[in-house]
Amino acid sequence: MVLKKSNPQILIFTTNIISDPGVCSAGLMHLSYPAQTTIIKVPCSSMIRPEWIALALESGFDGVFVAADGTDCPYLTDCTNRTAKRVREAQELLSNKGIEPERVKMAAICSVCGEAFTRLVNDFYSRLMELGPIKVRTHEE
Amino acid sequence: MEEGNRVRVGVYVCHCGGNISDVVNVKRVVEEARKEGDVVVARDFMFMCSEAGQKLIEDDIRSGKVNAVIVASCSPRLHEATFRAAITRAGGNPYMYYHVDIREECSWVHENDKEEATNKAIRQVRAAIAYLRRAEPLNRIRVDCERSVLVIGGGIAGLRAALDLAESGLTVYLVERAPFLGGNAAKIGRVKVFPYEKTAIDVVRGLIEVLRKVGSVAIYTNAEVEGVSGYVGNFDVTIRVNPRYFRDRPNEQEIEELKRICSRKTRDEFSFGISERTALVLPPFNGAYPEIPAIDMALCDKCGLCTKACDKVDFSQEPQVVHLRVGAIVVATGFKPYKPEKGEYGYGLPGVITLQELVGLINKYGDVVINGKRPRSIAFIYCVGSRRRREEGKKANEYCSRYCCVAALDVATTIKELMRDVKIYHVVRDVRSYGINEILFEEASRQGQVFIKYDVDEGEPQVLYDNGKPIVKVKDVLTDHTELELPVDLVVLVTGMEPSDGTVRIAEKLKTSRGIDGFLQEVHPKLRPVETMLSGIFIAGTAQAPRGISETLASASAAAAKAMSLVLKGYTELEPFVAFVDQDKCRGSGLCVSECPYGAIEIRGEVGGKRAWVNEALCKGCGACVAVCPSGAMQLRGLRNTQVEDMIRAAGGAHA
Ligand code: SF4
Ligand code: SF4
Repeated sequence: MVLKKSNPQILIFTTNIISDPGVCSAGLMHLSYPAQTTIIKVPCSSMIRPEWIALALESGFDGVFVAADGTDCPYLTDCTNRTAKRVREAQELLSNKGIEPERVKMAAICSVCGEAFTRLVNDFYSRLMELGPIKVRTHEE
Repeated sequence: MEEGNRVRVGVYVCHCGGNISDVVNVKRVVEEARKEGDVVVARDFMFMCSEAGQKLIEDDIRSGKVNAVIVASCSPRLHEATFRAAITRAGGNPYMYYHVDIREECSWVHENDKEEATNKAIRQVRAAIAYLRRAEPLNRIRVDCERSVLVIGGGIAGLRAALDLAESGLTVYLVERAPFLGGNAAKIGRVKVFPYEKTAIDVVRGLIEVLRKVGSVAIYTNAEVEGVSGYVGNFDVTIRVNPRYFRDRPNEQEIEELKRICSRKTRDEFSFGISERTALVLPPFNGAYPEIPAIDMALCDKCGLCTKACDKVDFSQEPQVVHLRVGAIVVATGFKPYKPEKGEYGYGLPGVITLQELVGLINKYGDVVINGKRPRSIAFIYCVGSRRRREEGKKANEYCSRYCCVAALDVATTIKELMRDVKIYHVVRDVRSYGINEILFEEASRQGQVFIKYDVDEGEPQVLYDNGKPIVKVKDVLTDHTELELPVDLVVLVTGMEPSDGTVRIAEKLKTSRGIDGFLQEVHPKLRPVETMLSGIFIAGTAQAPRGISETLASASAAAAKAMSLVLKGYTELEPFVAFVDQDKCRGSGLCVSECPYGAIEIRGEVGGKRAWVNEALCKGCGACVAVCPSGAMQLRGLRNTQVEDMIRAAGGAHA
C-alpha cells in the first residue's frame, strides 16, 4: 500500500495501562478523529527511544503523537518528565535532519481522557495538514 | 525464531456482529493479510470471542498449521486474556500473540470514513505481523514464596489483616512503631463508631484479644522496619526492636508510684495532646498490649528515680535486630490528623480546638470541660485543611478526607446526648455523610443541631474574638447569603487526615509510590485496589487514603486475602515482560541503573567486562531503561527494539 501523500499519517504511541484505555474510551463514546493514524502500544511512555520517533518520520509518517501517562502511571510518578526528555531528544534529532520538531507532539492522556485525546489529535492533524508533507524525506520521492 | 521453526502466523479478524464490519471492510483486511509473508491462514468470523471463534484458533494450532496468532477485534482489555488462554489450551505459546484493536480504536471512531478505517485496520494488522516475525515463545517466571507475611503497623487495619492471615495458618509478623498496639482507633476510644454500638476501643481490644490467642503471630512493638530487600515471595526484612527498659509487668502499687515519680513531661499522643504524660509510658487503656510499660528514651534523662520505685526497670536492655524472611508484606501504617497552623481559624487561641482534641477530652475526662466550664454553645467548622486550593506558602490538602463529616456528626450527637441543652452549629461546605451515615445527619437535625453552609468563593468562615470569647463569622448560603456572627464557647476545627510519618518513611524504604496526595498508591483503584506496583506488597487502611473505620477494616481484610492467596500457594508466576541485556551490545555504561525506578539493574563484572544485569523478579517491565541505553543493549522481552522498529516500518508503509 502506498500512502496518499495529501493526508498526513500519524503514529500514536500509547501505554498499555493508562493512555491506551484513554484512546479506547474515545471509541466507547463514539467520538471521531482522523483514521490516518496507527497505534503502537508500549508499557510506559518513558520507554520510547528518540530514534524510534525519527524512524517513524522516515518510514512514511508525517507526525508522531506520544500519549503519555501523566501522574496516573503505575510504574513511575515522573514518567511524563522522562518522556518529555525523550521527546526533546527526538526533536533535536529531527532538527538536525531538517525536519520540523513540531511534528512530534506529546500529551498526558488519562485512562478516561477520550475527549481530550480526540481534540488533541484533531488539532495535531490540522497542524500537520498546514505543514504539508515532510520535505526531506529522501527515499520515497 | 530459528529456521525450520519459522513463525506461521494465523490472522483472525472479527466482525463483532456489525460493530466492526459495518465500518471496516473485514474481507479486505483478510485479503491484505494473506499477501504478507509468514501468514499461513487469515480468516474472518462473526464473533471471535464465542466458543466457535476460539475453536478456529485452537484447531489451527492443534493441526500444526499456526504457531503465532493475531486477533483483530475489540480492546485488548476485553479479550486479550481470552485468546491467550485459547492458545494455551491448544498447546501453543500464549506469548506468540498480538492483539489488534479495530473496534474501540477503529470502527467506533472512524464511522464516517470507511475506506480509511479499513486502511487503518490493515496497517495495524501489518504491524502485528511484523511484531510476530520476531516474536519468541516466552514462559512466565516462576518464583517460590515463603509462607509468611509481614504486617507493618499495629493499628486497627494492621490488627485486622494480621488476624485474618494468622487464622489461615500462616506465620505472621506484626510490627508496630509505638510502644503499644492500637494506633489511632484506640485513641478515638469511648466514642462509638457509627453504625455500630461498639466503641472504637472495644473493636481494637477485641482484635488484640483474639490475636494473642492464635499461635502463629509474632508481635513486635516499639519496633521499626529498618530495611527490606528481595522481591515477591522472598523479602528479607530487618527490624529493630527498641528496648522497653522494663523486665516485667509492675504491680498496681508500683504503677501508682511510677505515675508520680517521673518529672520529664510531654504532650500525650494518646489523648491527641490534650493531656501530659511522662517519660514512663504506661499501657494507655485496659486491655492494651503489651501490658508492660516502656520508657521514652527521647524524653528520659536517666535520673534513675524510677529504678528506686520499681525493680522491674532495667536500663541495661539493648536494642535487638531481628531478621525475617517473608513472602508478602501488608503495609498498614495509617494516617495522622491534619494539624492546623497557628492562627488558622483561630487555632492556638483559647476555645479553639481540633476534632481530635475534642475526642481526646471526652476520652480523658468523660466530659467536655473548657476552662472549668461546660460549653453552652459549640461551632464545628468543616473541611479544615481539606478541599483547599494549593496556594503559595500555605498548608492545604486538595482532597476530601472522607471521614471527617461523619466523625464530626458522630461526636456532636454524642455530646448532645451528654449535655442536652448545648447549642451546636455545624459550619459546613457540604455534609458528605454518605451511605448509612446519613442516619447520623438526620439524628443531628432531629436533635436541633443547626447547619450553616458557606461557599468558599464568597469567603471562608472567620474566627474573631470578643472579650476572649470566639465568634464565628460566616456568610450562610442556606439563608440567602446572610452574614451571621455566632458567639460560641467552643470552636471545633473538623480536620482531615494526612499520611502518617510512618507511611512516608515506609514508602521510601520499600520504594513504593505515593500519589500526589501523599498516600500510598494502588496499581489501579478498580482493577487492583489493594496491590502496589511492587509484587507481593499490599496496602491496607488509611495508609492508602482517608477513610472511616468500617472501610479501613474492609480494605485490611482485602489486603490480607490478597497476600494469603499469593503465599499459600507457595509459588507465584510473573509476566515474562521484563528487561534483558544483549550481552554483546552492552558496554556497561550504567545509565540504565539510575533510570530504573525499582532498583532492578546492577552492573556486574570487572572493569573492561562490565555488563548490566537485570533481576527479573524486581523488574516491572516499564522499559524506562530501554530508552536511555546508548547502545540499544537493554531491551524488553516481548517488545524488543527490533520488534518496535519493524512495526513502525510496516505500518508506515515504507517497505512498499
Ligand atoms: S472478540 Fe470482541 S470484537 Fe469480536 S465479537 Fe467478541 S466482543 Fe466483539
Ligand atoms: S524495564 Fe523498568 S523495571 Fe525493568 S529494569 Fe528496566 S527500568 Fe527497571
